[in-house]
Amino acid sequence: MDGLDIQIVALIVAAAAFLVVLELVRRRRLVERYALLLLLAGAGLLVLAVWRDLLEIIADGIGVEDPVNAIFILAFAVVAGLLLHFSVANSRLSDETKILAQEVARLDRELRTLRGGTADGNGAQPADEGAETLAELREGPAASAREAASERPPSSPEAPTE
Amino acid sequence: VLRHPFNLGIGGAVQSGYKYALAHDYDVAVQVDGDGQHKPEYLETMLDELHTRGVADMVTGSRFLEDPGYKVPLGRRLGNMIFGAVTSAIVRQRITDPTSGMRMTNRRGIELFARDYPHDYPEVEAILMLHAHRLRLHEVPVRMNARGFGRSSIDYPRSAFYMAKVLLAIFVGLFRRRPTPLDAPRSEAEESAVAPGAASAGAKGS
Repeated sequence: MDGLDIQIVALIVAAAAFLVVLELVRRRRLVERYALLLLLAGAGLLVLAVWRDLLEIIADGIGVEDPVNAIFILAFAVVAGLLLHFSVANSRLSDETKILAQEVARLDRELRTLRGGTADGNGAQPADEGAETLAELREGPAASAREAASERPPSSPEAPTE
Repeated sequence: VLRHPFNLGIGGAVQSGYKYALAHDYDVAVQVDGDGQHKPEYLETMLDELHTRGVADMVTGSRFLEDPGYKVPLGRRLGNMIFGAVTSAIVRQRITDPTSGMRMTNRRGIELFARDYPHDYPEVEAILMLHAHRLRLHEVPVRMNARGFGRSSIDYPRSAFYMAKVLLAIFVGLFRRRPTPLDAPRSEAEESAVAPGAASAGAKGS
């Protein structure tokens, strides 16, 4: 009955993983997008735990003699795939952060110039001036580092005035 | 037009509009698609419902109360029916078009959405957020155009993700006691974080 024990353990682990992911989403620590990815991986694990013959079929299919090795190969492939995905997401994020910081720096400089100070040494405060001043600037040279290739074209039709 | 330095996704872009509206003390904010799907002539009616009659905190233009005005693709119709059934059950009010992006909110709605707005496909969750904060919803029938130009962001593989994501968000949302941390201290920084960006949310005070 060793096999059954392992099956039960696998079930419990998968269920626990599910609950942890859902709880993280509930606490808003994890965005749904990534939660779905992890839940999908968890579901795969669950299927393999319940349907043991599937593992044998897969092992046969990829020409691995021992089903245990097959599961290691599979798990490794999935983890490697996830890692790659997160690395790509991470690269995009750091790129976006850089662009943001550059935009803030530009706005800060333009703001200080507008305020009539000499652009250098006029207080080292970063732009913490609030929306009004940013709004003054938004008509200015909008030399965005990278235009958002928005699928929804920017436009702002206005409500009728009363 | 608010310009973002990179694509924030629809949720982030729309929220920029609401943050801007809040920072500039707007009484009413309108959300319309930038692709010509929504006809501006309905805005007057919506404003009427919102302000003059005061029957709701958010008025949505619904395609499915009457003739939608264009041929809604079958998949779209089906997804809408599923979300409609789920949201209607949760908010205990018939919601015919939970995915409609044509919306008008008053000050309370602006305050809520400026504080918190869902990510990827926000429309359905936004309705549930309003309900959780006891804001009232109302739908008015509108006709829409088939999209004027551009392609939908929701192609076939993404529609599966769309369904899964929104259903997951709805499900998890049911277990949140307070869906939005509204009591969090209002930080000045947060409110003035109105960055330049492109929002499909046009807003106008009245």
